[in-house]
Amino acid sequence: MEAHPANLPDPVAPRAAIRLPGLGTGLGRGMVVLYLSLMVLLPLAAVVDSSLSNGLDSFWKAVTGEQSVAALKLTVICSLIVVAINAFFGTIIAWVLVRDDFPGKGAVNALIDLPFALPTIVAGLTLLTLYGSKSPIGLDVSATRVAVVMALCFITLPFVVRSVQPLLMEMDREMEEASTSLGAGGFTTFRRVIFPNLLPGIVAGVMLAFARALGEYGSLILITGNIPFETEVSSVFIRSQIESGNIPGAAAVSVVLLALSVLMLVLVSVIARSGRHRGDKGRFKSLLDRIIGRSQWGGQGV
Amino acid sequence: MTPSAPAKWGLRSLAFGYLGLLLLAPVGMIFYKTFENGLAAPWEAMTSPEAIHSIQLTLLMVAVAVPLNTIFGVGCALLLVRRRWWGNAWIDGIINLPFAVSPIVVGLSLFLLYGNDGWFGPTLTEWGIQVLFSWPGMVLASIFVSLPFVVREVVPVLHEIGTEQEQAASTLGANGWQTFWRVTLPAIRWGVAYGIVLTTARVLGEFGAVTIVSGRITGETETLPLFVARAFEQFNEEAAYAGAIVLALLALTTLLLMSVGSRRAKSSSAPIPAGTEVPVAASTTKEGS
Repeated sequence: MEAHPANLPDPVAPRAAIRLPGLGTGLGRGMVVLYLSLMVLLPLAAVVDSSLSNGLDSFWKAVTGEQSVAALKLTVICSLIVVAINAFFGTIIAWVLVRDDFPGKGAVNALIDLPFALPTIVAGLTLLTLYGSKSPIGLDVSATRVAVVMALCFITLPFVVRSVQPLLMEMDREMEEASTSLGAGGFTTFRRVIFPNLLPGIVAGVMLAFARALGEYGSLILITGNIPFETEVSSVFIRSQIESGNIPGAAAVSVVLLALSVLMLVLVSVIARSGRHRGDKGRFKSLLDRIIGRSQWGGQGV
Repeated sequence: MTPSAPAKWGLRSLAFGYLGLLLLAPVGMIFYKTFENGLAAPWEAMTSPEAIHSIQLTLLMVAVAVPLNTIFGVGCALLLVRRRWWGNAWIDGIINLPFAVSPIVVGLSLFLLYGNDGWFGPTLTEWGIQVLFSWPGMVLASIFVSLPFVVREVVPVLHEIGTEQEQAASTLGANGWQTFWRVTLPAIRWGVAYGIVLTTARVLGEFGAVTIVSGRITGETETLPLFVARAFEQFNEEAAYAGAIVLALLALTTLLLMSVGSRRAKSSSAPIPAGTEVPVAASTTKEGS
């Protein structure tokens, strides 16, 4: 990065001096907007439109139906449990990967991204071979709620690890040393010094994982048995509604799911943005901003 | 702080235990299950006409969706980083939407647009174009779910390389495309490559959205992930495991490319050092072409 005097405006937004294709005219901009509208916005608009096609009353009825409430509840509760597990183990794994040293560390680090790379249906099948009805270790969780949590833990594993890792790497070790030399024990140092520094990363990872868990489908269908009121999550419920021809009902639940996930994304970016101008806190917030830009859904190997 | 030895071992065993039980053991198990009776059975399962067709169809998805999203991604990233425009904040937010949308909702949305009672469905049918329950709809689903990757990988790289090289090229008389091909693209190439790998992985494995729009017609609109699911549901476990192994191997290849790519990206995302052959001045040679 070249050094810029801090008081200059955004150094990257150029003057008219550079010429790149499509930037001079409105054509390039128009094409980007058109592609995005056709591929993403229009389809989503169709869902919202369909959910309201029979009026607000039937929207509300579809969302508050017994089976759909049960599915939404299960989805949200399982996702909350999953992100809690993620926050705990994700932080520990990140710690071990950054501060500990052992042979094969590079391989373990690369392995963290496996759930992002592995197709979701394979993830489900994989868990089923070990924890399904033919389990060689005699542990059968298939068609239970444990299976829902397990599958969601599998597919969301990288989020917290990948958002905590860079924070740990950039953390000033002198703070910890100061804390220890002033007589704080290991746990106190962790609670008062390390944890607050890692918190933005944990929060960002948790929110991204939560958004992902809410909509998950592929890894769940084989292992959970899709039993209504028992192990049927919202995405599976939506699919059963589509198949039985209740499209507006499916769309209504979709809108709820969509709203929850979008809320998570907005919250993450608000957290990332809010602190940027506020002194010391801004440092962590801008770090967080970078994490979200970079590691999301692809876990930039740190 | 260096944790005490017992604490260190405690943390280590927690991390390894969790990873082992959740990740390694199940993945190892599926490899074992597939090959426990030798290579013949999985090979036979994967060379059946249905399996081959599903592999071909999956590759078709990749061949159409990945180039489109790559071109869009690079263009969109240039627009976001190199131009100030009031719409950029909106584009930036909308780009992330596919990350948050459930695959099933993606499928439903395309169903609502291109189905028989959909917004575009009737008109397209009149023109003789079948989108739903056919490969175009599946391509649209793949594009939707994998749209953000290239943009998200290229934007930070564009920020990092700065604009000096591009400005120099322009000053020396290069036109837009010359600057792009000779200065910008070489500088962002690893970011683009990384984005392409992620996009490909996502398209290869897409299940939920494709389930809805494909109609799951065996031998016609069945991609490899759909093949795996159907084989399993029909108690043809051998074929299901074999298909899963093919997908898992592709995923492992992705991982390998990712770790190579990120290493390269790191070493080349710094501004191009003086002396490397980035033919800024050479842009004049292309004059008049």
